[in-house]
Amino acid sequence: MEPRGFGETLRRDAWWVPNVFIVTILTSFLVYATWAAFQNAHYTHGPYLSPFYSPELWGDSPHAWFGPKPGWWPVWLPFSPALIILPIPALFRFTCYYYRGSYYKAFWADPPGCAVGEPRRSYLGERYFPLVLQNVHRYGLLLAFIFLIFLWHDAWKGFWFATPGGQTTFGIGVGSIVLVANVVLLTGYTIGCHSMRHVVGGMLNRISGSPVRKLAYDCSSVCNRSHMNWAWASLFSVALTDVYVRLCSMGVITDLRIL
Amino acid sequence: MPNTQFRIWRGERGNGGFRDYTTEVTEGMVVLDAMHQIQAEHANDMAIRWNCKAGKCGSCSAEINGSPRLMCMTRMDELPTDKPITVEPMRAFPHVRDLVTDVSWNFEVKKKIRKFRPRTPDAPDGTWRMQQVDVDRVQEFRKCIECFLCQDVCHVLRDHHKHDEFIGPRFFVYSAALEMHPLDTEDRLADLKEDQAIGYCNITKCCTKVCPEHITITDNAIIPLKERVVDEFYDPVVKLVRLFRGKSAKGTRG
Ligand code: SF4
Ligand code: SF4
Ligand code: FES
Repeated sequence: MEPRGFGETLRRDAWWVPNVFIVTILTSFLVYATWAAFQNAHYTHGPYLSPFYSPELWGDSPHAWFGPKPGWWPVWLPFSPALIILPIPALFRFTCYYYRGSYYKAFWADPPGCAVGEPRRSYLGERYFPLVLQNVHRYGLLLAFIFLIFLWHDAWKGFWFATPGGQTTFGIGVGSIVLVANVVLLTGYTIGCHSMRHVVGGMLNRISGSPVRKLAYDCSSVCNRSHMNWAWASLFSVALTDVYVRLCSMGVITDLRIL
Repeated sequence: MPNTQFRIWRGERGNGGFRDYTTEVTEGMVVLDAMHQIQAEHANDMAIRWNCKAGKCGSCSAEINGSPRLMCMTRMDELPTDKPITVEPMRAFPHVRDLVTDVSWNFEVKKKIRKFRPRTPDAPDGTWRMQQVDVDRVQEFRKCIECFLCQDVCHVLRDHHKHDEFIGPRFFVYSAALEMHPLDTEDRLADLKEDQAIGYCNITKCCTKVCPEHITITDNAIIPLKERVVDEFYDPVVKLVRLFRGKSAKGTRG
């Protein structure tokens, strides 16, 4: 039968609603993250560090590892610690199997919805350049894992507050909980990654001989079942954590101390 | 819903169009019942394929209100009746007549997939030993009833007609069942990459959504196979590790 034209379908449900959601959320996130990355300000508040800026390799805050802006930074490019590290989580998310499927649908209409007509007749899929490069996802996973370690470290540091005497003391602020919630969601997202599931046990046909890998595979599979939910929840949490630290730092809100 | 309107595709070899019918729908009816009633009351010559009426033979696949579904498992009370309910043949296969399509392409594809090749038997009586945990994963794939709804909805076949190059989700499920089997020794990864073009799949999960057996086609079969293909053909680090370990691809997968 003749293929249907763009958007043509006999489906009667609102198949385009998820696309509107995906385009709106991903575009808003990209705009906000770019704006926040170029800010180079208000990314710390006391022991809290925004996840957009972590690890802060070079920068002006006390969280910086190697001091202020490096000499080799190009003069024409505005400096911000976030610009050095943000490409890595971006690579991980961009090549994530879940996001791939959804943005191919929502941004590229390939297809716009299941059983809905497409705008173009030619198709290369992920067989050829450029989309064949999506296969680097496992390297994105490796880097994302390293980042997770830093974010857990930041979350731990978020419980240690400076005293007027120049020492640090244990405490819990709303921000500490925000940082922990964020890293928990990011961990769930990362553990459920399809490449992770493959590496820890999916590649084996006889997993019974490796009980540790079996356990890791089962854990990864549990998170993998709701990978989409982890993906969205962690995306929101990263942005909201940055917003929280920013508003505290700007003095717009006060970080309430629970302990 | 006493008198319900249907818009059914009628015609031969792709030529034809929708025709409207009205029939009385009673409690507990499925779309296949309504089709039979229309056949009895108004259209004795209407062609429909079905066998088990229990969602197990995979014969009654069609598109109901635009979505690929089994007619025998689609209850009338879950469909809105404010507009006529459309019923049309699957679009990804050659049309025969009315609601019937020729799905024989699928059986030709299946013949080309490398067969199960078990290792030498574990016991002198010619039998093997397996752990249940090792076959858990492939058991999901054995639920397939070959309804080909996943093939119908997959845009690579449906819209791009890559039937000569792409085997489709049903046969990735089948390949996964063989490839992940703990006894199997055959290597299908080069076929999957080249002749069967798994790279055309862009993980949009339409196949998973329509599968009446709820097989997690994309997450459990296609993506794991894609990852194995990446190991084998795209990842230089894995290649290097294999070089040092001196193991074959299938060997490292245990
Ligand atoms: S996930 Fe892949 S195989 Fe399934 S419908 Fe989409 S493109 Fe086709
Ligand atoms: S995988 Fe599911 S949708 Fe595809 S043929 Fe088998 S039962 Fe039907
Ligand atoms: S008649 Fe057998 S699956 Fe519908």
